[in-house]
Amino acid sequence: MNRTFDIKHYRGFFGITCLCLVILYGPLIIVMVYSFNDSVSITNWGGVSLRWYIEIFTGLESAKFKAAAWNSFTIAIMAATVSTVIATAASIGMIRGGNFKGKFASFALISLPIMVPEIVTAVATLIFFSTIGFKLGTLSILVAHTVFCIPFAYLPISARLQGIDASYEEAAQDLFANRWMTFRYVLMPIMWPGILAGFLLAFIISLDDFIITNFIKGAGIETLPTAIFGSVKQGIKPNIMALSTLLLLFSIALVTLSYFIGKRGEANQKSQQ
Amino acid sequence: MTTAVSLHGVRKDFGNLTALSDVTLEIEDNEFFTLLGPSGCGKTTLLRMIAGFEGATAGTIRLFGDEIEHLPPNKRPVNTVFQNYALFPHMNVAENIGFSLRMLGWTKTEIQTRVNEMVEMVQLGALVDRKPSQISGGQQQRVALARAMAPRPKVLLLDEPLSALDLKLRQEMRSELKRLQRETGITFIFVTHDQEEALSMSDRIAVMSDGELQQIGTPFEIYEHPNNRFIADFIGETNMMAATVDTVDGLQVVCHLEGGQNLNALANCQIMVGATGILSLRPERLSISKTGSTSEVLKGELGDRVYLGTDTQFIVNLSGGLKLKVRMQNSFFQGSDFKTGDTVFVTVADGAARFLVD
Amino acid sequence: MAAGTGSGSTVSAIFSPVRIWLLLPSWVSIGFFLLLPVLLMLVYSFLTKEFRGGVIWEFSLASYDQFLFDRGLFGDAPAVMKWTYINIFIRSILQATGATILCLLIGFPTAYFIATRPIQSRTMWLFLITVPYWVNLLIRTVSMKFLIRDTGPLNELLLNIGLIDAPLHVINTNFAVQLGLFYSYLPFMVLPIYASVERYNFTFSEVASDLYASKITILWSIILPVVKPGIIAGSILVFVPSLGAFLAPDLLGGAKTFMIGSLVEDQFKGNAGNWPFGAAVSMILLSLVLVVLMFYVRAQQRDQT
Repeated sequence: MNRTFDIKHYRGFFGITCLCLVILYGPLIIVMVYSFNDSVSITNWGGVSLRWYIEIFTGLESAKFKAAAWNSFTIAIMAATVSTVIATAASIGMIRGGNFKGKFASFALISLPIMVPEIVTAVATLIFFSTIGFKLGTLSILVAHTVFCIPFAYLPISARLQGIDASYEEAAQDLFANRWMTFRYVLMPIMWPGILAGFLLAFIISLDDFIITNFIKGAGIETLPTAIFGSVKQGIKPNIMALSTLLLLFSIALVTLSYFIGKRGEANQKSQQ
Repeated sequence: MTTAVSLHGVRKDFGNLTALSDVTLEIEDNEFFTLLGPSGCGKTTLLRMIAGFEGATAGTIRLFGDEIEHLPPNKRPVNTVFQNYALFPHMNVAENIGFSLRMLGWTKTEIQTRVNEMVEMVQLGALVDRKPSQISGGQQQRVALARAMAPRPKVLLLDEPLSALDLKLRQEMRSELKRLQRETGITFIFVTHDQEEALSMSDRIAVMSDGELQQIGTPFEIYEHPNNRFIADFIGETNMMAATVDTVDGLQVVCHLEGGQNLNALANCQIMVGATGILSLRPERLSISKTGSTSEVLKGELGDRVYLGTDTQFIVNLSGGLKLKVRMQNSFFQGSDFKTGDTVFVTVADGAARFLVD
Repeated sequence: MAAGTGSGSTVSAIFSPVRIWLLLPSWVSIGFFLLLPVLLMLVYSFLTKEFRGGVIWEFSLASYDQFLFDRGLFGDAPAVMKWTYINIFIRSILQATGATILCLLIGFPTAYFIATRPIQSRTMWLFLITVPYWVNLLIRTVSMKFLIRDTGPLNELLLNIGLIDAPLHVINTNFAVQLGLFYSYLPFMVLPIYASVERYNFTFSEVASDLYASKITILWSIILPVVKPGIIAGSILVFVPSLGAFLAPDLLGGAKTFMIGSLVEDQFKGNAGNWPFGAAVSMILLSLVLVVLMFYVRAQQRDQT
């Protein structure tokens, strides 16, 4: 194809896109590279080594990080599970519940956690918990995360549900399935890529959360982000770089997984229609 | 004969829009009953109301004598074949067919037996393990049929099931469906906008338009004795011309057209002398010749013709600006005898003319 | 609406009888754990600060007063406008604006470029752009901090190449914060613009070109107006979180770049905190955000009429 004149082409846009990618990935790659730095001083390069990785698992602070990681992962799994269930129910209610007064308000309420700035949510939650005497700790973090994750799970689930033809459910009902059976045997099998994507998204959001967690965790509990933050405040140390790299790779792996599940689900859907 | 489905005074409004008004009809058991009409006439809405997907704004729906309006779809012993089939994409053919039986709590062996029966009945043996995306449109249609018939419904509802198929397949399926209905004895309620389909398959037809029932009758009755102008026009082809009644004898009338031509016709109801209406002449009941013969004769000039393989359709220009479509079978005449511009005589077959007043 | 399943119903209502039960969990959890707390926070902003950092349930406008006015040690003195806190808000707005502009300058060409790629590669490009977003914001901010420190790799590289003579002092400046915010929220700018450009019909460009318009003119007069909704959406998605951001200002900025997030954070730390004041500042931030969102919604509605 003759490319001497392409109406869509603007000189420099490709360059800026590359710049954009460099800016986005640069810092992360640098951190990854330096996490293998053999030298204690992070400014001088001392050769490649895994010492910092070993240190996170066995060194002075390893107990702290292990506890923090345990907290982060358990909270994330529980928060993601509960918020996914709530979000799935909500999307069925919103998308297959017909038109009703207050549907818009309901949607606004479900999206509220995304609309409100995170720091406001953090303050409000702290004030609320302390007023009702809710002890600050793992449970308080779990509750706050679950609520905060609902709209994030809701988005992919409802998007998927929107795209499903309502005639499958009608056919199921015509063939004697009640509402629960319709959901279990027809809706859910077709919806599951969306539900899984919602779960993964909620999981990552909870795992990564800093601001809200920092506010309401109370003394003595750390999650990975708060532990990392506390450590960074005292200066960036190499073991932090290693820990960051691990977390980084884990997040990317999760996202890639979610992406491929989504693609497979889409391919299935297309061939069925 | 038992009445399978009876509707009385059924009305359906969607907000300000009335989709169905005052529908009253009775469908007999073991009948192949068709709801026929153009798009938007309300036939699908009516079907969905019998299935339970829409509620009636007013009126009653009875199934073998029991009122069913309050029952949800999954509690009614009727099953539907959807226009887009709605086969569950994540289940294979066997699982689709057996779905209702699972819902009803049949045992695994019972389900297996019945599924095999159904597969046998629609001849899909080799495909039981395939998913819907892996079979053709015609095969999907048969799966949808088998799935709906598996739980032995008393009434089967079919919503334009053949409209997605190409012509050849459609014709094959028509005889298939007819055979299935006869063999199983299930009452079929069939929705279509294709009048040829309706005429060829049905025991009785209900013609609908704009949410109202126009006429219920056998294919013969609908075709030969349409109640009004809409039905005469919608079913088959016809010539329609304004006419005025000169004499009345029971339902037999003599009327004249705008060009002055006189004709005998059968009226669709009692009318008075001087009444105006539509004269309906079906093209296949007319013939042209170079000479006038004994029964009703109209004279005119031969216009264009269209060759249709089995037939040829001629246009004849009568006096008074009237045009007649005349259709003759090619095996019965020599087309070369007639040339455009010739003076020809149009003969109306005995008892073929209809005088229609709305 | 499903084909062939009849006329009339435009919204599927199969689960409508049980929709209350389906929606109740989300309504209760968000209503009870977010809406109610926010209202409680509003109440708190009108309470009195307790000496040791809690609250006394006594109505007082002290927080809002403290925000706007300086009454010195003696509460009866005439009100003199105090600009400290207002300045913090103004600075935050400026920082957020700076970040938004940065995102626009880089994000628009990127979004445009991706939207004009062949269909197969588009998802890959989008994937590449969004992957960094899934990395923990804290880690991303820390990595940015690491990169641009005075002794960091970036300066090292530039010094080694000889582009500069002395390290660029970027860290702890306003620009560093804007850079951090830009880094945090760039995908939010790219995605809406991408969606808009993807819907743009390039036949318009061809027609314009046929009528002697230059590419720049086409971009400015034809493409931009069509893509405007995406640009506005993206800007809002960057501006609003930047306003209340905590991590970027805290890690990348310094005393001179104090922003709302840090101000609020301070109020809840230990005994020196002032809860009602923190609540008040949060309320003001929330109101600001709601105003921006309302403008956006109004503008959307106007566009659609």
